[in-house]
Amino acid sequence: MSAILIIEQVLNGLQFGVMLFLMAAGLTLIFGVMGLINLAHGSLYMVGAFAAAAVAGVTGSFVLGLIAALIAAACAGAIVEMVVIRRLYKAAHLDQVLATFALILIFSEGTRWVFGSFPLFLDIPDALSGPVTLPGGIQYPLYRLTLIAIGLAVAIGLWALIEKTRIGIQIRAGENDREMIAALGVDISRLYTIIFALGAALAGLAGALVGAIQSVQVGMGEPVLILAFVVIVIGGIGSIRGAFIGALLVGLTDTLGGVFLPELFKLFMDTGAAQKSGSAIASMGIYILMGLVLIWRPTGLFGTRA
Amino acid sequence: MRLKETYLNAAVLLGLLAVPLFALVTDEPFTITLVTRAVILALAAVGLNIALGIGGLVSFGHAVFFGLGGYAMGILAHHAQTYTAMDFGAFSIAGTKVMPVIWVVAVTLCALVALLIGLLSLRTSGVYFIMITLAFGQMFFYFAISWAQYGGEDGLSIYVRNDFPGLNTLVPIQYFGICFVLLALALLLFHRLQNAPFGLALNAARQTAARVETVGLTPMHLKLVAFVISGVITGLAGALFADLNRFVSPSMFSWQLSGELIVLIIIGGVGRLMGPVIGACVFVALEHLLGGLTVYWHIYLGLILLSIVLFARGGVIGLLTGKEGAHV
Repeated sequence: MSAILIIEQVLNGLQFGVMLFLMAAGLTLIFGVMGLINLAHGSLYMVGAFAAAAVAGVTGSFVLGLIAALIAAACAGAIVEMVVIRRLYKAAHLDQVLATFALILIFSEGTRWVFGSFPLFLDIPDALSGPVTLPGGIQYPLYRLTLIAIGLAVAIGLWALIEKTRIGIQIRAGENDREMIAALGVDISRLYTIIFALGAALAGLAGALVGAIQSVQVGMGEPVLILAFVVIVIGGIGSIRGAFIGALLVGLTDTLGGVFLPELFKLFMDTGAAQKSGSAIASMGIYILMGLVLIWRPTGLFGTRA
Repeated sequence: MRLKETYLNAAVLLGLLAVPLFALVTDEPFTITLVTRAVILALAAVGLNIALGIGGLVSFGHAVFFGLGGYAMGILAHHAQTYTAMDFGAFSIAGTKVMPVIWVVAVTLCALVALLIGLLSLRTSGVYFIMITLAFGQMFFYFAISWAQYGGEDGLSIYVRNDFPGLNTLVPIQYFGICFVLLALALLLFHRLQNAPFGLALNAARQTAARVETVGLTPMHLKLVAFVISGVITGLAGALFADLNRFVSPSMFSWQLSGELIVLIIIGGVGRLMGPVIGACVFVALEHLLGGLTVYWHIYLGLILLSIVLFARGGVIGLLTGKEGAHV
């Protein structure tokens, strides 16, 4: 157990956390403004990853793949919003859950139909592959470091978008009082489509970026989706700031728990048993974290509405 | 033409009995197994319908109980067939292959876990409740995957189906009989519950919690009791399901299963007595028929589901009888 290992794991946790943030930001925005619980968000993540893998596979360019991911996910999001989601804003949560569950089935099987059941692979671009030496002599993959940078940049960009721009003002107004901003002449359904497409694009970006370090396959979105739910429940549904802090907490807990809990257990039990029970507990770590946060604050760290 | 719901309910129950009996005569054991599967899924969904349909608790984690029931059966039978005992340090428990004993263990376990999950989750409501129950489901899912002692990701197989005193459970029609009787009992319980003071109060708590509080009842308690009863019934179904397949795996804890249980209720009709039963029959039939036509049958399931949510509020029962489902 050295300092280098700890720093490496903290970086891994951060990288995981910022990618979760990209997912969680869209989810929390969509819930905050439209009051919609969107299970199909994981499908948009998958769409982004497949678009990136397909385009990068044909053109050989990772950047083009990323652009394709953003466009494909945003378009898929906009279409889904206009065809299905729009009818669900006033519906009960149960109906929203079901309709978006149905969308998952359609997206997953549709993708399987087009691309087959075998995973696709998206390669890390040459310029970003290989390790980089950090101060203190730590070797760390450049690509993962880039992911952290992109995630932080998106977080800052999103903050600027919401706090500083006209559309951001409309989004915040939509969260508070949708009738009022409609009365002030803002085209509310266009605003909703834009927000949904924005959330979808962020999910697609996350899918493409993570797709390069994992395989791109059907069903890749749902585990991430559920983690993103945990994130926004911890952070408080509707709060971007909450999503950011929640995402980092979840990322760090999951990564560090998996490494350090078995080590911790070794202090008072034999190695094999410690390895087993440590990793079993660690796999539940974030849910325990969520339980603790909710006992303390039933609406999450930064949540106001239930 | 509007059908009376009572006639529809009777027709469904009779149909559920007639199909396997007909299959018995024509010697098609596979059909009996298929109907048994529908009956067990229906039982699980009847359990969920107590929480969801009467209590308005959209639990997206009922697979927890389904899986617990399954693992209770798997672990007990595993120890019985390997002649080993479960070691708890100070004491040890032998495994068993006797179904009623397994059911008691499954039910007790589910009641305890439902109490715990309910106490935590019911502090919240709405979307938070949906997501927390979902997260609990995932927690059990990952725990089952990492629990190497009982098969981990691969699950546990048992060689022969467990025993029921006086019956040969390996004969499909006899196992169907056991499951059908349990389903009938659960439906009876649901019916009694819905019309008992408890059910009426729970129903009222779903609609306007404030009024229920005003008359001196505690919605939290009502919902907690409903959640526990609901979990217990779903857990029993899990034990039966595992016995049907002679196999348990972490997929019984998966979030897709939780989703499917909700889907069954929606297809049939939320909060209606036979809603889950009709839903389970339609689901298993679709799975079998569409699954035979194309491996991508989930696309069609998705489209059907989408049209039910958007256009046919109240599910099949709503379509046939004109009665809308409970608003959740």
